[in-house]
Amino acid sequence: MSTAVNQAMVEKYKGNFLKEVTENVEEGNWVKMCMQCGVCSGSCPLGPHWDHPPQEIFMMIRANKREEVLSSTSMWMCTSCYNCIARCPRGLPITHIMHGLAHYSKRIGLKPKNQPTEKFGQMFWDNLTKKGRVNELKLGLGLYFKDGFAEGVKVAMSKQKLGMNMMKAKRMSPMEMLGGHGVSDLAGFHAMLKKAEELEAARVGENTDKK
Amino acid sequence: MKIGGYLCTGCGIGDRLDTKSLETVAVREGRIGFCKTHDFLCSQAGVDMINADLAAEGDDKVTKLVIMACSRRAKTEAFNFGAVPTARVNLREGVIWIRPEGSEHEETTQEMAADYIRMGCAEVKAMHQADASGEQGKNNHIMIVGGGVTGMTAALEASKAGYYASIIEKSDRLGGVMGQLHKRHPLRSPYQHPQDTGVAAMIAAVEADDKITVYLNSKVASTSGAPGRFNVTIASSVGAGTQAEFGAIVQATGFTPYDANNLPEFSYGKSANVVTQLELEAMAQAAGDGAIKRADGKEVKNVVFVQCAGQRSEKEGHLSWCSGHCCSTSVKQAMYFKDSNPEIETTILFDDLRTPGAGGENFYRSAQDKMVTFRKGKVSTVEAAGSDLKVNFKDLILNEDTHMEADLVVLATGMMPNAGVNIDAPKDDAANGEVKVPVESILNLQYRQGPDVPQLVNGFADSHFICFPYETRRTGIYTAGPVRRPMDGGQAQTDAMGAVMKAIQAIENSAIGRAAHPRSGDLSFPSFRKEGCTQCKRCTVECPFGAINEDEKGYPQYNEARCRRCGTCMGACPVQVISFKNYSIETVGAQLKAVEVPDEYSEKPRILVLACENDAYPALDMAAMKRNESSAFIRVIPVRCLGSTNTIWIKDALGSGYDGVVMMGCKKGVDYQCHFVKGSEMAHVRMAKIGDTLSTMNLESERVAVHEVAITDIDRAPKLLDEMVEVINRVGMSPFKF
Repeated sequence: MSTAVNQAMVEKYKGNFLKEVTENVEEGNWVKMCMQCGVCSGSCPLGPHWDHPPQEIFMMIRANKREEVLSSTSMWMCTSCYNCIARCPRGLPITHIMHGLAHYSKRIGLKPKNQPTEKFGQMFWDNLTKKGRVNELKLGLGLYFKDGFAEGVKVAMSKQKLGMNMMKAKRMSPMEMLGGHGVSDLAGFHAMLKKAEELEAARVGENTDKK
Repeated sequence: MKIGGYLCTGCGIGDRLDTKSLETVAVREGRIGFCKTHDFLCSQAGVDMINADLAAEGDDKVTKLVIMACSRRAKTEAFNFGAVPTARVNLREGVIWIRPEGSEHEETTQEMAADYIRMGCAEVKAMHQADASGEQGKNNHIMIVGGGVTGMTAALEASKAGYYASIIEKSDRLGGVMGQLHKRHPLRSPYQHPQDTGVAAMIAAVEADDKITVYLNSKVASTSGAPGRFNVTIASSVGAGTQAEFGAIVQATGFTPYDANNLPEFSYGKSANVVTQLELEAMAQAAGDGAIKRADGKEVKNVVFVQCAGQRSEKEGHLSWCSGHCCSTSVKQAMYFKDSNPEIETTILFDDLRTPGAGGENFYRSAQDKMVTFRKGKVSTVEAAGSDLKVNFKDLILNEDTHMEADLVVLATGMMPNAGVNIDAPKDDAANGEVKVPVESILNLQYRQGPDVPQLVNGFADSHFICFPYETRRTGIYTAGPVRRPMDGGQAQTDAMGAVMKAIQAIENSAIGRAAHPRSGDLSFPSFRKEGCTQCKRCTVECPFGAINEDEKGYPQYNEARCRRCGTCMGACPVQVISFKNYSIETVGAQLKAVEVPDEYSEKPRILVLACENDAYPALDMAAMKRNESSAFIRVIPVRCLGSTNTIWIKDALGSGYDGVVMMGCKKGVDYQCHFVKGSEMAHVRMAKIGDTLSTMNLESERVAVHEVAITDIDRAPKLLDEMVEVINRVGMSPFKF
């Protein structure tokens, strides 16, 4: 599906990536308001580790570097510290734009491969939507084993003492392994999610159909 | 005829100084009529006492005053006695506030105060009551050169204030550049959309105004006279000329757009689809609110604006300066496209985007909101391939060379001022074999110094951009709009209002013989002793304001209404024949001679300080307010401008035993701070030659120092004086003490 949406978007916007971002990315309508002062890039504590700091991302959008932006790992590096939002003289919600871009790239299938933040996000979502409550034990163990079985056992062993202490203090229950607790109206919760997914698909579909 | 002395004992003067002995100094040594003391001289009672003496009859009548109290810059309201010659002896800021307390300092501090009193008494004796010259004229008519939006605003404002105006416009229509625009930048909140230029309404208002006369197809063929009585010949290219009298002149001659033919790298001239901003205005006007079409009739779908085309560049043939309006103009023009059809691609390639003015930022944001694309990039070339264009540029954020396609490219070219002939330009161009198109004069001034107002840099008319933006170096002539610095239409209109107010002020002042800025209200004017004059012309050359003409025999002719009273002529005169009634070689010369110079072995040197009354003297005053301690051996004399410093004062001072001389004037050069523009510079040039005098006297050259001091140099100014004290300590006392 993703590639189909991607193709539809490429068709629709014909090289006007700024417009595509404005109309499809969460808070994307703010991108055009950037005045290229660079305060966001200078304020980002992780900035030096990004391939393209926010100022560059915004300019790349204007320069129609679609593939490069959407397959970039940069916006996945955002830790939501909100320094950029607090400092942007134009009031751009930069943190939200970064997350919006990341989400959009995932939706249309251009997300970077093996990006840990993306992986964790998916893991968290799957974990949460199953029961309506986050199963911390499963989520934690899932994280231990994200890089393979051997690595997982190694990490789990090193955290053994911490786990035992948490159990003693009743901060963690091993029983959670067997299904775990959930919300009282699980069926209703799942119906709600389904509806939301339908609505989102309809919105995206409508946007891709409109030519 | 009696000189009255008034010694104030308030503000601690009475506590710190022996006032009884100072009274004796004033009367016995200063030889004035009497010296009265008051413990609060600037109070109503104190001022009443002085006024009573001024109003007295017969032998008791006082005609000149010596006020021995605070600095001449303090209590100016209380101690304002009109034209009565008044010397202000600065005992507060000049003595007690800069001297430490304690018995070991008492003697030198008291000597300092006594010297200043002697100086004040000597000065006032050399002063005379200043009266207007009697050659005044009053004329309520303002000549406005240029019929653009600046000139028309000036005319309408003059009319509203009850004055008459004549607009001299060389073309056959009013409106200037603004008249060629489709729309203008917004002038009111919310500053989001281009608005009507309002030029048609303005022309209608000018034509309907019976106080305004319009001369179209006309030029100024000759301007002579002075503020209050300018005599102008208006030449018409279609009919007979006219002779008219004006009280003041506003020059609103605007700018000429930079010739884009100098920019072949952008394919201007090669492709009809590369246009300047002004040409786009015509295209937009032709389209109305519809689609803007290219020369070949195709609707524009993708337009690229190239900012700073041929400007802010050091390349040969380019303009080095920023023209101020082009960013906002491109923003406005991009909106022409976006407002007619949001699907049109509009890209502005900028290096530094600047949208000056109150609403500039809002306007920029509004364009971004309308999806105008702003890319920070520097355009190298525009390639024309058939009717389509390829813009090559360097993206300055992504740091890469790239390009984009366009079907129309708009060049933001700069503005070049129409300031007329550069009268200071070196005249040897013809000798180099270089053929230059002669620049036509705008005002054709019949002044000895040249036909137009002097220029500062890049051909813009000289005026101080902060302190006196409209004052040119020709009194009664005020520049407004892009002729004095690059600006947009809104700023030019504000400028016009300011300049016309100054013109009105000049009319009113010249009618009663009062000086214009910065010595506003001064009635004195220079005159010379003809039998002493050697016709050397130095005064006419050095006058920063072109006030002095020459008669057929080469004697100077002082046009008092054109004079700003700086005294640069007086400082320039090698035979010291020029003087003002209340300021002359004698008023300063007598002061420096009145100082008691102790003998060589007393270890009490004397340092003469000549300080500009506009900047250096207030800086010293403020240092005193901070109780910044200074040497007891300095004697400060304020001068109108350092330009009025005659070398005879320096010679006299050194010859009569002073150990050092410090001169403090304002900053000179293109970023000058001098209130008389060139005065400080003239003084520096003159003093550079003082070395010869010193060597003939066998004195060390360090004994004379010239400094540039700003009003903010509160900490630095006293340090400069300390430096001279150190120099004297090092080189020793002057041998010329008798």
